[in-house]
Amino acid sequence: MSTAMPAAPGLRGKSTLGELPTTTQQALLLSRYQLRDYLRSRRFILMMLIVAVIGGILSFVLAYYHTSSAVQGLTASPDAYYGSVWGGGATVVIIFAGIIFGGDAIAGEFQNKTGYFLMGLPIRRATVYAGKFLAAVAASLVAVIFYLVILLANGAVYLGASFLPLSLGESFAIALLYLLALLGAVFLFSSLFKNSLYAVLVVAVLFLFGFTIIEDLIVGLVNIEPWFIITYAQQVITYPFLSTLPAHISTVTTPGPGGHVRTMTSYSPTYAEGLAIMAGYWVLTALAGLFLFEREEFT
Amino acid sequence: MTPSLEAVGLTKEFGSFTALDHLNLKIDGAKCVGFLGPNGAGKTTTLKMFTDLIFPTAGEAFINGISVQKDRKRALADCGDLIETPEIYPSLNPLEALELSGALRGMRPEEIRARSAEVLAEVKMTEWVHEKVGRFSKGMKQRINIAASLLSDPEVVILDEPSTGLDPRGMAEVRNIVRGLKKENRLIFMSSHILSEVVDVCDEVALIDHGKLLFYDSLSNVSHRLTGNATSVELSFVRPIGDDLLSSQIATIPGVSGVARVDAQRARVMIAGGPEAQSRVLESLAAAHLGLVSFEPSQSALEELYLQEISKGD
Repeated sequence: MSTAMPAAPGLRGKSTLGELPTTTQQALLLSRYQLRDYLRSRRFILMMLIVAVIGGILSFVLAYYHTSSAVQGLTASPDAYYGSVWGGGATVVIIFAGIIFGGDAIAGEFQNKTGYFLMGLPIRRATVYAGKFLAAVAASLVAVIFYLVILLANGAVYLGASFLPLSLGESFAIALLYLLALLGAVFLFSSLFKNSLYAVLVVAVLFLFGFTIIEDLIVGLVNIEPWFIITYAQQVITYPFLSTLPAHISTVTTPGPGGHVRTMTSYSPTYAEGLAIMAGYWVLTALAGLFLFEREEFT
Repeated sequence: MTPSLEAVGLTKEFGSFTALDHLNLKIDGAKCVGFLGPNGAGKTTTLKMFTDLIFPTAGEAFINGISVQKDRKRALADCGDLIETPEIYPSLNPLEALELSGALRGMRPEEIRARSAEVLAEVKMTEWVHEKVGRFSKGMKQRINIAASLLSDPEVVILDEPSTGLDPRGMAEVRNIVRGLKKENRLIFMSSHILSEVVDVCDEVALIDHGKLLFYDSLSNVSHRLTGNATSVELSFVRPIGDDLLSSQIATIPGVSGVARVDAQRARVMIAGGPEAQSRVLESLAAAHLGLVSFEPSQSALEELYLQEISKGD
């Protein structure tokens, strides 16, 4: 019996393969089962609890202080109400959802060895990546929609029939783009590590305060627009509710000690710029994450 | 199409360490091939490259003639594999896990349901089908993994030490499952460092050490390598056999060149000649009504050759 049969590389012989699902079908299939896993997990309950706590505090404050001038100003119009409670809250919910559903999405495949189950199947790595991304988007959307439902319920109480403005739909679409961008970045960090804990920690630190600190340092020290920081773009989510958008660059001059004049510059992204940053982050980080995942070995 | 596996110059380096060194191996046809070697020999590395879990530094792996490195989706389409002990999404139950596996392979829902019932019965997990996999022991998860690898009734099955982590009963059951697979006309490539397991279920054996293939041959030829033209076969009897019986009825069978007692109910015979000679001896033994219950190539021959070949590299 021979032991060695060197042969030319490439396709050889005929195949008797059956009909395999297309890449899109496989990605959707995988995302369905991954989403099912998310929805049954403790992490999903944790995420819902976080949203319930945020929404609960908001509802309590609105109910308890509804006679105060501040709350009355807030509920004077749908744009004032959603401009105040939706943008900031949705960003926090999106960041938490990204950490919880995306932080270990790829790293966990290596650390928990679920990748050994999936990668032995006739499926491309890119398909696994896309399926897991879709599932993380869907699970995060459930959390965002839960938060939105809480706001709408409060809106119905305080705003009456006008509780559902068109601007909310526009803002929701931007929030969805922000979610895609954030998950793209989260998947990139998750692909960098084979350890879920490191991946979740790095993502949490960066998105909860790391990027904000970096943004402040860049503006404060070198005075350039931080267009390359994802969190810089997040304020665009509130733009649909504003009648006047903030100035792109604003400079404030204040007298300093010893007769010196202190000049402080602040930046706000333009509408288009904010959307471009989000879209850019989504595409570039998702591709970079996929590039890493394609080359990562299950050693 | 005949199922096949082929490694062409397959090499894997981890930094300065060469885990696999230009492995050339071609396996064709329906059979079970044991992939033997000590820990760190390169067995799992090879199987991981056959399933695209790791990438070769050089060379290529083919399944049914399709390059795993160039087209993993098509190469793995008719291959069931079990590498290490994969984890399944913990909140899924076995049926859902098999559903996912089958659906990704393009099986129809009714086909998945029917095959799931079969393979879950085969791995004795039918009563656990509605429990979450996350609550299972390692052995139970391994059974589900084996079921998943067999679900699509693949032509090629790659198993990496499938009985690892199982209790003795589980190991015996896995051996039975693998034996059952052989009857279904497919190519099984199974790594193991348990020689008795390989002797028990495999037809051929490939031995690897320090990343190099030392030999690939049939189990009967393994004996030939040690004993020239003779094959060492171990016989088990249903009742104790006396020395007189050994010398008068077994040693005198044409083709038997030597007999030695192993214990009260077992003996080892040397048979001059190839498989035809073995077949004639087996027929004679059966006709003699000695209470013969098994007739298999001697494990000690494989063990001897294994140690002999491994020690060359030390």
